[in-house]
Amino acid sequence: MSPILEITNLFKSYGSTEILKDINVSIEPGDFLVLVGPSGCGKSTLLNCIAGLEPITGGSIRIGGKDMTEVSPKDRDIAMVFQSYALYPTMTVAKNITFGMKVRGVDQATQARKLAQVAAQLQIEPLLNRRPGQLSGGQRQRVAMGRALVRDPKLFLFDEPLSNLDAKLRVEMRTEIKALHHKLGASMVYVTHDQIEAMTLATKIVVMKGGVIQQIGSPSEIYNRPANLFVADFMGSPAMNLIPAKAHRAADGTRIEIARKSGDPIVLTDTNNRDLPEDVILGVRPEDIADPDLRGSEDTQAAECLIDIVEPAGADTFAVMQLGGKHVTARLHSETTARPGEQKRLSFDLGKVSYFAPETGLRLN
Amino acid sequence: MTDLSMSRPQGQSRTGKIILRWVLYLALGLFALFYLMPLFVMITTSLKSLEEIRTGDLIALPREVTFDAWRTAWSGACTGVQCEGVRPYFWNSVLIAIPGVAISTLLGAMNGYVVAQWQFRGANVIFSLMLFGCFIPFQVVLLPMARMLGIMGIAGTIPGLIFVHVIYGIGFTTLFFRNYYVSIPSELTKAAKVDGAGFFRIFWSIFLPLSLPIIVVTVIWQFTQIWNDFLFGVSFSQAGTQPVTVALNNIVNSTTGVKEYNVDMAAAIIAALPTLFVYVVAGKYFIRGLTAGSVKG
Repeated sequence: MSPILEITNLFKSYGSTEILKDINVSIEPGDFLVLVGPSGCGKSTLLNCIAGLEPITGGSIRIGGKDMTEVSPKDRDIAMVFQSYALYPTMTVAKNITFGMKVRGVDQATQARKLAQVAAQLQIEPLLNRRPGQLSGGQRQRVAMGRALVRDPKLFLFDEPLSNLDAKLRVEMRTEIKALHHKLGASMVYVTHDQIEAMTLATKIVVMKGGVIQQIGSPSEIYNRPANLFVADFMGSPAMNLIPAKAHRAADGTRIEIARKSGDPIVLTDTNNRDLPEDVILGVRPEDIADPDLRGSEDTQAAECLIDIVEPAGADTFAVMQLGGKHVTARLHSETTARPGEQKRLSFDLGKVSYFAPETGLRLN
Repeated sequence: MTDLSMSRPQGQSRTGKIILRWVLYLALGLFALFYLMPLFVMITTSLKSLEEIRTGDLIALPREVTFDAWRTAWSGACTGVQCEGVRPYFWNSVLIAIPGVAISTLLGAMNGYVVAQWQFRGANVIFSLMLFGCFIPFQVVLLPMARMLGIMGIAGTIPGLIFVHVIYGIGFTTLFFRNYYVSIPSELTKAAKVDGAGFFRIFWSIFLPLSLPIIVVTVIWQFTQIWNDFLFGVSFSQAGTQPVTVALNNIVNSTTGVKEYNVDMAAAIIAALPTLFVYVVAGKYFIRGLTAGSVKG
């Protein structure tokens, strides 16, 4: 199958400021692509470029196998949901949803049929005669989705559609969008700054920073094998622990030494990775530093650690300590015996660690 | 006991507040009276006979109410050689003001929409230049404008005056609409573009329906400007095309013999009525439109 969206060597600049640098992304039909990054990383600009709302400086965009680089937004066969929903304030919900069809000269009967279909799908039938001003945030969100769905386009574009909702509603709508994607099998491009949204929704994630793609991959690839320090730090909550360490070659693998303020360094032996440079940054997810009894894998090694702070969070308890001059967070189970100011034996899962070069920030293993 | 001692100073300050409030109302009332005095004199004088004006007191109520002066002012007073009252000139003003207001408002809406929502290269420069147009004094443009109207062949005609007012009004109307439209999120335009709507479709279907408050502001502003204009009216009109303001001046200044104050007053009120009427009818929206900026979707 040919890709539904193919972006090749895309550049975008405003005057002399480069906003997007050499973007190359493609997705297959049915993919859910999430563009994620901190604000100002160019993700929304990229989405606007895909929509044709921003001209690009170089490169090409193909949608559904056709070159759309110079084509106007209305002819790209896309639909878009905006952060502010951008509902037409003077039109009723029904008129909002059918406006696109009206503009395109679709006949009345078809308009009515499609409207009914979408309204049923999103359960917004009682709202059809209201104005956007009379709707709650969640309802407006649904109407905005309806306006996109009714078009039945090749590609759906979402520009931070959930960021104006409160936390509870956001989680609900997230699940709904995911269900919708499953049901429709549609291709979607979704922009967010929320890495949890990215992880839960995406089949493919693009992490961006400063207009440059940092990594493209499936959620598990991004989470487990981040390509550089930025991705490692950005994705996951609490963030991945990034601990400066020394690596020494040994007979049975690599000895990893983590300095501590008081007492001897922690020494762990990694049997999977060899040929590491001497100075490395060790990346360990909080859940890979756990209570010893919970982990039985052969890569698990225990060490005594001095716990500074204990933060119960319901399902888990987070313990914070000082290792290699950094705060390091461990995800312990809620009934843990860890107490602040006391030593606690913790196990490190070396099977899932990442190593980064301190100078370049790039992944080593 | 503590309650009592606490409430006492509070009670005193409350009476103090009430006294202050009444002093304030009194002062405001006096100012209002002072301000309304000329209008009162105008109305009473217009309802008196000449005889009574000559013998009576300026601020006294008319002993005998008569509408003769109004009748004369409307259809019989002399402006120079003609004695048709202000009626033909009143209609001239209507013929100038209505198209003038409509065209300049529509053009202003269009310009504002372009400058605010279609950010093209140089949009801000163009807007600044238009804004500059608001601050050019009337007198400066008189000669070039006369030449222009001559070249266009509409000198001394009503279309000529409409043209002048439209040109002069565009700066203001563009400013009003631009400031209103700039607060409308650009995502609205983007959504409409993705929906397939073009430049004019977005303007007609989405922006114009949103614009009622600012349209009212612009219409009141433009109507007042055009209706009350004297300089352009006196400079660019000829015998049959003078607006009511010019006719009023002629009535007041060209009478010979006895000054008919009652007719002058009636003519002045007639000339002022339409702007008053527009403000009374739409004034509520005027305040609302001036203060309401953003559109909450």
